[in-house]
Amino acid sequence: MLNVTKLNVWFGHGRDRVDAVKSVDLTVEKGESFGLVGESGSGKSTILRAITGLAPHWSGAMVIDGSKIVGTSRDRVFFRKVQMVFQDPYASLHPRHTVDQVLSETLYLHGITDIESNILRLLDNVGLTARFRFRYPHQLSGGQRQRVAIARALAGRPDMLLLDEPTSALDVSVQAEILNLLTDLRNERHLTYIMVSHNLAVVAHMCDRVAVMRHGEIVELIKVDQLRLGHAHHPYVKELLESTYG
Amino acid sequence: MLSVKNLWVKFPTNKGLFDAVRGISFSLGRERLGIVGESGSGKSMTGRAILRLIRPPGFIMAEYVKFGEDNLIDLDESKMRSIRGRRISMVMQDPKFSLNPVMTIGAQIIEAYRQHNDVPKRVAYQKAIEMLDAVLIRDTERVLRAYPHEVSGGMGQRIMIAMMLIPNPDILIADEPTSALDVSVQKQVMSILDGLVTRRGMGLILISHDLNLVSQFCDRVLIMYAGRIVEVCDAGALHQARHPYTQGLLNSLPRLTEKTRHLSVLQRDPAWAQPDSVTS
Ligand SMILES: Nc1ncnc2c1ncn2[C@@H]1O[C@H](COP(=O)(O)OP(=O)(O)OP(=O)(O)O)[C@@H](O)[C@H]1O
Ligand SMILES: Nc1ncnc2c1ncn2[C@@H]1O[C@H](COP(=O)(O)OP(=O)(O)OP(=O)(O)O)[C@@H](O)[C@H]1O
Ligand SMILES: [Mg+2]
Ligand SMILES: [Mg+2]
Repeated sequence: MLNVTKLNVWFGHGRDRVDAVKSVDLTVEKGESFGLVGESGSGKSTILRAITGLAPHWSGAMVIDGSKIVGTSRDRVFFRKVQMVFQDPYASLHPRHTVDQVLSETLYLHGITDIESNILRLLDNVGLTARFRFRYPHQLSGGQRQRVAIARALAGRPDMLLLDEPTSALDVSVQAEILNLLTDLRNERHLTYIMVSHNLAVVAHMCDRVAVMRHGEIVELIKVDQLRLGHAHHPYVKELLESTYG
Repeated sequence: MLSVKNLWVKFPTNKGLFDAVRGISFSLGRERLGIVGESGSGKSMTGRAILRLIRPPGFIMAEYVKFGEDNLIDLDESKMRSIRGRRISMVMQDPKFSLNPVMTIGAQIIEAYRQHNDVPKRVAYQKAIEMLDAVLIRDTERVLRAYPHEVSGGMGQRIMIAMMLIPNPDILIADEPTSALDVSVQKQVMSILDGLVTRRGMGLILISHDLNLVSQFCDRVLIMYAGRIVEVCDAGALHQARHPYTQGLLNSLPRLTEKTRHLSVLQRDPAWAQPDSVTS
């Protein structure tokens, strides 16, 4: 489904240059759920942003579903296949658009006609009642905003979801509901996920394989079964495991 | 230090008044008080109400919110401003949203520092570097030159925490301050806050959905549901909490050692929303 080779992403120049992603190789199979973990600032979000065309400077090769991605513009065909849920739900929702506007616009752009029933279904999917339909982002709690962002990503029925900390703003009960929803959707629609999370237990629950990043590089690629047994090699991963077990 | 009695937060909606916080009472000493509860249960509104930061048309009602001699509920706005951000600081849930998008991080930290300390720029700059070092940010000099959109989610959270500690507040209200941080960085940040509570006697209200964090780090925990406090317990005893809602929250955590297809989800009982708040 996704093939990334020798991906480099950088920002700025001179003394402000940041090499946020360095020579990263990734292969994610169709229907797989792939996890990205790593220190804060290690480049996890940047990889997802590069895939969706939000990183201005990159080199290397990215192939999605057999077609090569170039530059930073992504066409409609791309966004029918790939959707992203951003880390920061406040920034990704337009402050003056209601939930209803956000969802109906997205459905319309994807050429979906039966907007009314789809909005209600999407809200239901993410555990929001119709009471929230005409609210603005500032009238929602942090977790409710994130659920709207997930509903928007699901609207166009994509094949692949790039999930950047999709549940880190959510309480554990809503997290459980959203993770169950993502599990069911993946089974029903054979979706492919790349999921960024700082929470090892969440990644282990959702993913088959996990890449661990540090300073822009992937330092370990590990199967979740191994992770559960505590069989990690890299010191950073070991430390994470230890702190997670408490 | 802080004592809250019968606090309500209400929002007019087209279907009548919506009560986001419904008559809660609690007090805070020189301690670490956790507030947990599901999304929408009123945690952030409780924190914001203490500082009277509820946006109109929303409004607050309370018998009192006592802070030392003052009742924050009827303090005039200019007095309130001298408390807000100086004696009581709040780290907001969306950290980058509270930073000024068109000012570099360094300029913002230096300005905040010099508002509270009469020092030349150069000294404030050194302080800024130390503060970012303390929260484990690398390339501090580069980050000081960056704009808020140029730092990662977890970096933004740590910058906000550093900034809110500048005025040496008596009380810090931290709303999901570490939700984007992995456990190891989280520990470091929490140990800084811990030091301020134990050494300087700061009071801390930690709003978080991370039950493990709260149980490890806090002294007491308030558990909120539908705008009310349904249970209060010692943080260490959180895992033995008795309320079915609290147990439900604990059961919905994924565990690294167990493989399940579905996580257990809360079966909400309307009766949970009925009784009066537990007082603490
Ligand atoms: N637009 C930008 N301009 C300059 N630097 C940037 C920009 N976006 C990201 N960076 C830098 O790239 C590095 C990687 O950031 P990224 O957001 O990918 O981290 P992350 O792994 O997602 O971290 P977190 O877990 O904290 O969200 C950071 O040092 C960050 O400051
Ligand atoms: N301006 C508003 N108008 C109407 N309702 C509002 C408004 N702002 C917030 N609310 C509602 O108040 C309730 C409490 O919100 P609050 O932000 O305190 O939740 P929270 O417990 O912090 O949740 P989260 O964990 O998701 O951040 C929510 O149901 C929210 O939808
Ligand atoms: Mg990120
Ligand atoms: Mg909140």
